[in-house]
Amino acid sequence: MLEKKKWKYMNPYFAGTLLGLVLLASFYFAGQGLGASGAGKKVVVTSVIAVAPGYAENSDFYKDFAASEHSPMYDWLVFQVLGVLLGGFLSGALAGRLTWKVERSPKISRRKRLIFAVIGGMLFGFGAQLAKGCTSGAALSGMATLALSGFVAMVGIFGTAFMLSFLFKKLWV
Amino acid sequence: MGPIVQNLGLSTEINFLIAFLLGIGFGFVLEQAGFSSSRRLAGMFYGYDTTVLKVFFTAAIVAMAGLFFMNYLEMINLNQVYVHDAAIWAAAIGGIIMGGGFIMGGFCPGTSVSAAAIGKVDAIFFLGGLLLGIFVFGFFAPMFSGIISPEEGSYWFVDSHKKISDALGVSDSIFALLLIVMAVCMFVFGEWLEKKFARPDITKEI
Repeated sequence: MLEKKKWKYMNPYFAGTLLGLVLLASFYFAGQGLGASGAGKKVVVTSVIAVAPGYAENSDFYKDFAASEHSPMYDWLVFQVLGVLLGGFLSGALAGRLTWKVERSPKISRRKRLIFAVIGGMLFGFGAQLAKGCTSGAALSGMATLALSGFVAMVGIFGTAFMLSFLFKKLWV
Repeated sequence: MGPIVQNLGLSTEINFLIAFLLGIGFGFVLEQAGFSSSRRLAGMFYGYDTTVLKVFFTAAIVAMAGLFFMNYLEMINLNQVYVHDAAIWAAAIGGIIMGGGFIMGGFCPGTSVSAAAIGKVDAIFFLGGLLLGIFVFGFFAPMFSGIISPEEGSYWFVDSHKKISDALGVSDSIFALLLIVMAVCMFVFGEWLEKKFARPDITKEI
C-alpha cells in the first residue's frame, strides 16, 4: 500500500456526544438551537431584494425583509453557517481530506450525480420552508427541546428517505 | 443563568460572534463524523453505514439530557429557550419533501455546507439546489400560508400540545428516559445492520 493513510473518521458515538454538547452550548449561550437552511433563506432574500426590489416589496415571502432597516444577512444563523464552513474546512485540512471530488456510485455518471444533487437540494430547500427548518433546526434542535413538530419533521425526513431508498439505490450502492 | 446572551444583555454583535464560534464547532464535528461524504450519509438507508443514526440520536439525547441537568441545577431558564413550533401538518409535509431531497441529494443542508468546505462538488451543487428550492418556494408562499399558520378550526389546524411529552400525556423525564432507551435499541440495531449489509468495497472508499 503506497497510498498515504488518511485520518480516520471519529467514532460516531463520540462525535454524537460532541455534537450534542455544541447544541447544548447553543441553547445555554444563545437560547436557540443550531440550524442551516435558515441561512440559505437569507441568501435568497438578499439576492432577490438586490435584483428585483419591486417584486420583493410586493411578495409575502420577502416584504418584511425588504422593509427592515438591517440587511437580511444581519442574522444569527448566517454567522453560525459561516462558522460551519470554517469548521468543516479546518477538520478536512487537519484530516487531509481537502480535495475536489464528485462523490458517487461507480454505476452512475458525474453528470447524473450532480443533477440529483441539485434536485435533492431543491426539495430540501422547499420542504424546510414548510417545516420551519431542516434536519438541524427542526429535527435535531426540536427533539432536544422535546418539540412535537421536531419529532414529526424527523420521522418525515428519515421515514420518507427510507421508503424511497429502493428507487434510488443505484445512486449510492 | 442561561441563556447567557439574553440574561446578561449581551449585544447582538457578541451574539453573532457566539453563533460563529458555535458554527465552527458544529461544522468541525460534522466533518469529523464523516457527514461530508454523501455515500456515507446515504449508507444509513441501505444499512452499510449507520453513522447518521448513531451521531444524530446520540447528539439529540446528550443535548436533551444536558438541558434537563442544567434546568435542575438552575443554570438555564427553559422558558427562554426557543422550542421549535411549526404547525404539525407543515412539519409533516415539509419533512416528507425533505426526505425525498435527502435520498436524491445525499445531503441535508448542514452537512452539505461542511462537505462543500472540503471540496465536495456534489455538495456545492446541492447547496445551489437548496437556494433554488427556497427561491421557488417564494413564488408559492401564499398558497402554503394556510398550512404553515393554520387558523383555528381550519382543515390544517391540529389542536396539539407544543411538547411531545404533553401530547403523549407523560412527564418530560419519563419521555426522556423512553427516548434514551429507544436510542440505545436503535444503536444495537444499527450495529447489526452494518454487519448484515456490510459493503467493504464502499466503506473503504468513503
